[in-house]
Amino acid sequence: MEYIITTDKVNLFYGESQALKDISIDFLPNTVTALIGPSGCGKSTYLRLFNRMNDLIDNVKITGDITVEGENIYQKDTNIVELRRKVGMVFQKPNPFPKSIFENVAYGLRVNGVNDMSTLKEKVEFSLKQAALWDEVKDKLKKSAFELSGGQQQRLCIARALAIEPSIILMDEPASALDPISTAKIEELIYELKSKYTIVIVTHNLQQAGRVSDYTAFFYLGELIEKGVTKELFINPKNIKTQNYITGRFG
Amino acid sequence: MIKFLKSTFEKLIEGTLFLSSTITTLAIVLIIIFLFKEGIGTFNQTPIEDGFSLVVNKNNPVNELTANEIKNIFDQNITNWKTVGGKNDSITLFNIDNIGEFYSDSAIGENFEFLPQCISDYTENNPGAIAFVTTRYTGKGFTGKILTTTKVNISQFISQKEWFPTAQPAAQLGVLPLILGTLWVSFGAILIALPLGLATSIYMAEITSPKIRNILKPLIELLAGIPSVVYGFFGLVIIVPGIQKLFDLPVGETALAGSIVLAIMALPTIITISEDALRTTPKAMKEASLALGANKWQTIYRVIIPYSGSGITAATILGIGRAIGETMAVLMVTGNAAVIPHSFLEPVRTIPATIAAELGEAPQGGLHYKALFALGCILFIITMAINLIVGYVSSKKKYNAR
Repeated sequence: MEYIITTDKVNLFYGESQALKDISIDFLPNTVTALIGPSGCGKSTYLRLFNRMNDLIDNVKITGDITVEGENIYQKDTNIVELRRKVGMVFQKPNPFPKSIFENVAYGLRVNGVNDMSTLKEKVEFSLKQAALWDEVKDKLKKSAFELSGGQQQRLCIARALAIEPSIILMDEPASALDPISTAKIEELIYELKSKYTIVIVTHNLQQAGRVSDYTAFFYLGELIEKGVTKELFINPKNIKTQNYITGRFG
Repeated sequence: MIKFLKSTFEKLIEGTLFLSSTITTLAIVLIIIFLFKEGIGTFNQTPIEDGFSLVVNKNNPVNELTANEIKNIFDQNITNWKTVGGKNDSITLFNIDNIGEFYSDSAIGENFEFLPQCISDYTENNPGAIAFVTTRYTGKGFTGKILTTTKVNISQFISQKEWFPTAQPAAQLGVLPLILGTLWVSFGAILIALPLGLATSIYMAEITSPKIRNILKPLIELLAGIPSVVYGFFGLVIIVPGIQKLFDLPVGETALAGSIVLAIMALPTIITISEDALRTTPKAMKEASLALGANKWQTIYRVIIPYSGSGITAATILGIGRAIGETMAVLMVTGNAAVIPHSFLEPVRTIPATIAAELGEAPQGGLHYKALFALGCILFIITMAINLIVGYVSSKKKYNAR
């Protein structure tokens, strides 16, 4: 099977300090991969490589090869807008725009030049249905997105990411700011979305990683300590650090 | 004992704080009361200077004239008493200086002691006569009728189109040209300052590197510290001749010059406040937009500007507030013609400039003096309205991203 994302010996520096050290992981399509590790271990930084969100930070230096769908995404002529259409992202805190629910979902389409109202309506509805939010909001699409609850806002953000039909979805601790019921809904959603998308999820919650992911990678202090099939990694970790972390000795 | 001292000390501090806030509040309230007391005094006065009277033939049915009618009569725009509600009789203007044409020196008397009789005589012989004379000539032996003059009223004050408070015989107090002048200049200033200010604040908040921003921001804040008379001087020497040449005008002192100078003065306010507002846009919101494939510009005008809309509006209105109240620079470059402006290339006169220019020569307690205070009241009301709008706009429920 062909990998959809590959990273080969990736190093990342914030100025002098090195945040990622020689990370090499490959991702299979239609799988969920969880990146786990204590705070500051570099897992979010690593995730943000795939849609080049690290570009927004000054003084970042990256070495190594990163490919998405076979293309090196850190070339000079890489079309970042095109890349970000392929690689959607859901953030830690729900961050809807100060716009209506409809316009939030339509945003990605509009900035990519879709302005035809019937297409927009169709895609917004489709995305909201995929994000399991349609039934809750179909009567108040014109209302401000801020009127939704936190969990609904986060599903709205997922719908917003789905609307531009990416092939990969990056999730940066998508449920960490949510209550258990909303978290369960998001997890269920991740499970359903797997059939169409490749998902990379950063999480602090080990149980969550165990529940939703097929593969898990454990990061510690900028290094990749261990990666593998989730069940195996949790039941039978090869590295002592992994074992300590998942058994709760530190973290 | 120490406890007692401590509590006394605390009470003392509390008292001092209370006292200073009371004094401040009182001072502000007193200023406002003073302003309005003097200003409202305008509407209790007649537009004819104390010590002078208008006299007519005693059979003339007209009893009262307005300031505007008096002006038109003496400018000979009204030549028939019918126009002002009298008989169909033409108006004869009588000027006291020409009294020698009608009466001999001996009739008038050596020390003008018979002048009242002469005036009575004249008005009696000329049924259409109207004369503007010193009140003391209308005393003993005067047989004509003294006209009353309509008191200045508020609707006239605001709607009359002529501002000439030192006019004889009746002061013309129409503030419409001044209000319009103020609004024109301020509106023009905003038209220039808003795009420039917004562009600069977007550039500083979103585009440039922190290094350049750290140079630009103090520089722009420095602009706010330049005395307005210096701006006026700059405008007078550079902008006014520039406009005169550019548009081939007889004079360069125009509303446009005022607008440009005010725009430069309002820029620091607009830039600093809207830049602050732009920078409050959460990073998460910008990232969300970029992650959806929006480019920098789309993110700026679709997310950042709408998010900081209320801050930008507040900045603009505060900028207008500064422009409306500004005196010195405007006084120096706008030409100060109290006429209703029809284009930006005409001289105008603003309310603050009028107050500054005329207060020195207005006799204290007189009508002119009080009218200037009334102008101050109008200005106060305008700026207070602006501040209320700012308060409303910036308190408007901000979209809070959790």
